[in-house]
Amino acid sequence: MVFFTYLISGISLGSVYAIIALGYTMVYGIAKMLNFAHGDVIMVGGYICYIALNSLGLPAIVAVILAMIVCTVLGVVIEGLAYKPLRQAGSLAVLITAIGVSYFLQNAAQLIWGATPKNFTSVVHFSLPAGLMSVGLSSEALITVLACIVIMIALTTFVNRSKLGKAMRACSEDKGAAQLMGINVNRTISMTFAIGSALAAIAGVLLCSSYPVLQPTTGSMPGIKAFTAAVFGGIGSIPGAFIGGLLLGIIESLAKAYISTTLANSIVFAVLIIILLVKPTGLLGKYAPEKV
Amino acid sequence: MNEKKRMGKAKMVPVPSKAIIPERDIDKAPILECSHLGIDFGGLRAVDDFNLTIGRTEIAGLIGPNGAGKTTVFNLLTKVYQPTRGTILLDGVDTAGKTTAQINHMGIARTFQNIRLFSNMTVMENILVGLHEEMSYNALSGILRLPNFFRSERIARERAIELLSIFNMEDTADAVAGSLPYGAQRRLEILRALATNPSLLLLDEPAAGMNPSETAELMENIVKIRDTFNIAVLLIEHDMNLVMGICEGIVVLNFGQVIAKGTAEEIQSNPTVIEAYLGKQQ
Amino acid sequence: MKNMKKSTKTDFATYAGVTAAFLIMYALQRGGHLTSSISGQLVPICCFIVMAVSLNLVVGISGELSLGHAGFMSVGAFGGIIAAQSLAGAIPSAPLRLIVALVVGALCATVVGFVVGVPVLRLRGDYLAIVTLAFGQIIKDLINCLLVGYDSHGLHIVFNISGLKSINDLHLEETGKAIIKGAQGAVGVTKIASFPAGFILVMITLVVILNLVRSRTGRAIMAIRDNRIAAESVGLNITKYKLMAFVISAAMAGAAGALYGLNYGSLVASRFDFNTSILVLVYVVLGGLGNIWGSIIATVVLYMLPEALRQFSDYRMLVYAIILILVMLVTNNAQLKALLGKLIPHKKEAAGNE
Repeated sequence: MVFFTYLISGISLGSVYAIIALGYTMVYGIAKMLNFAHGDVIMVGGYICYIALNSLGLPAIVAVILAMIVCTVLGVVIEGLAYKPLRQAGSLAVLITAIGVSYFLQNAAQLIWGATPKNFTSVVHFSLPAGLMSVGLSSEALITVLACIVIMIALTTFVNRSKLGKAMRACSEDKGAAQLMGINVNRTISMTFAIGSALAAIAGVLLCSSYPVLQPTTGSMPGIKAFTAAVFGGIGSIPGAFIGGLLLGIIESLAKAYISTTLANSIVFAVLIIILLVKPTGLLGKYAPEKV
Repeated sequence: MNEKKRMGKAKMVPVPSKAIIPERDIDKAPILECSHLGIDFGGLRAVDDFNLTIGRTEIAGLIGPNGAGKTTVFNLLTKVYQPTRGTILLDGVDTAGKTTAQINHMGIARTFQNIRLFSNMTVMENILVGLHEEMSYNALSGILRLPNFFRSERIARERAIELLSIFNMEDTADAVAGSLPYGAQRRLEILRALATNPSLLLLDEPAAGMNPSETAELMENIVKIRDTFNIAVLLIEHDMNLVMGICEGIVVLNFGQVIAKGTAEEIQSNPTVIEAYLGKQQ
Repeated sequence: MKNMKKSTKTDFATYAGVTAAFLIMYALQRGGHLTSSISGQLVPICCFIVMAVSLNLVVGISGELSLGHAGFMSVGAFGGIIAAQSLAGAIPSAPLRLIVALVVGALCATVVGFVVGVPVLRLRGDYLAIVTLAFGQIIKDLINCLLVGYDSHGLHIVFNISGLKSINDLHLEETGKAIIKGAQGAVGVTKIASFPAGFILVMITLVVILNLVRSRTGRAIMAIRDNRIAAESVGLNITKYKLMAFVISAAMAGAAGALYGLNYGSLVASRFDFNTSILVLVYVVLGGLGNIWGSIIATVVLYMLPEALRQFSDYRMLVYAIILILVMLVTNNAQLKALLGKLIPHKKEAAGNE
């Protein structure tokens, strides 16, 4: 039964990673950039929700929606100001700019909300039957997993069925051709950032509900882990991000329980390395050989 | 001994025929013999049953409509792709399992249809990379600047200038390769390939994007290169003036298969070839 | 020949510039004209110059994005500290011990660089980046599990995977001393690093990297960066040269780490985390890929920038971030570049000399 408890905690953590990784992977798929600031958008989402709950006294659902709105706007603004001017530049220039944005968000958060960790109050307000609680299932974990599944299904449907989703796929294949077909590439990229950032807000709230310590660096490590998860599953692939996130969470939780707390992160990274050596583009990634 | 071994092999494998080898090369061992060469991409037989023999100092042409698989043949010969079927003998030695780099050491050098220069490096440096194997010092001698570094570098640079003089490009030695005009880039690619001291030079559309006078000059130069270095040349080209003008043997490829082999006159009058290029006549 | 002369001239200017800067700073330091905060940053700056120049070999010259360069610095730092601390009795001369420590640090990092490089360099682009990041994290975590001490029987090393062991499990003699205490890091380190040593290390790094770049090996590395397929077609062994660049870079980072570690009384492994790798990468990109001079200047300027921004007090890291973003935008956006060109008509091409 102890194993089951760790497994559940792993799935719950993995679901958070998966939601973040979905945002990462969508942005990567379309803009071909590693958005290192993504993790910090999570942190901003957490703070907005915290303020809405504690200072403004808003109901939980309103707080979550507010966090999503703020993060969406933030994502679009970041893209427009910092990344859009670099559309023609090399990928390293964009990477460094993203790092600059990450520094900016962390330091701005520290100035606004202070460096002392805030104790986040969970947004989940119901409790589960005692039978479920005894095997280690918490209401937060349940909501997190459900949210992840809903988001995953919604996103897949959106990308495959909707007009904007098709535009996104077209842009990620070939921006030039998409433009010639009358797709507004810039707007499509902005929309991708908007969706990714909204997801980051949800992830932030869920993360802080399960691990209630909120500080300016809260988003960094989950951001890196989610990035790892996205690569693990094959970056650019939506089901890949989902599977990668879940696996990562489970491996981390089990490694912490059975091998070593200090080395849990290392074990996650070691598994990633092994996966990439066997499948160089991740579990579900597409291999595109260079044409000679 | 090598000759004997080759003859033995040739007996076991009746193809390729030596039908199109120029007379002067007939009694020498051919530089290249491909037999039953083929590759599949998924279900597609991109190249199938490709047989070709090239003589020591032959200039051969590989032609065919777009998408016929000509560049794929080059990629098979240089092991950019590993063949699904068939054998390639280079100077009598089987190249199975070799890498692209090893194939170069064995004697095949090539150019690319879409030019692939080291475009951030200078013209001189591009040639020096080609001369890499000619230089004998190791990384440590390079870092410590031991005497053999200077000696080796000096000889290589002199050799590079000699190579550049083939196309009168000595003046551009310090220019960045990517900044050269298109024609000069194509010529530099040929020189870089020559620098690796090949016995077979593969040229993928060397005249693409050149005007008629540049093409005429290129034709002269290809013959000159063959005569100076005593090597074989296999070229892919759409410019029929060039192909018919300098190629001694011509192979026509369509849908991955050889549809004709022969001299320029034979190819020009071959009805299958005409059909492949122009479609069936009414 | 002309080309060779030109590059030799640039190299000479680099050596002369660095030497001049060193002599001036050293004179100022000796004369007591530097504030203690600047004086204390001289050795770390040298270390980070070596880090940036060596990372430039991988990112700029070899064209592979590495996000784990601090991992090699870490290996070198702790390797160097162990060597210096345990040899304190055997080699009483501090400068000699420092040299041995730097060599040991470089060797440790070379070994780790090789172990990491062989699998990693099979990957490309962003996948390679994430795996180097992963290795950086793993190295940090592994060092956090390390318990090292020494006594008259020599070194005692325990690997503390469970997190339950302590320094007592080393079973040191009464006279023995602990060197590395797991997550607490190295403690009681004798500071033997000095600014002249830093300068010499920078010069050695420059000689190695600049001479390498101008040799057949360096040309092979750059050719592979420019066009992998063409490089293979002229007979270059891709893996060999990529690995060579990676391992040489790791060795340099190891030496820099050893010097850095021996500049402080104590050191924790988390000092060399992902953020440190990123910091060095920022120096390299801002200085210009493949531009050694640029790396040196960017390191000095950016290392001192937070210090210079002290007047902004709490806002200084925010200002730092904004400056970083603006510089990236201005140097990489064609329109902004043109606009800047108009504002400053005689702006010299900053990245002109390689």
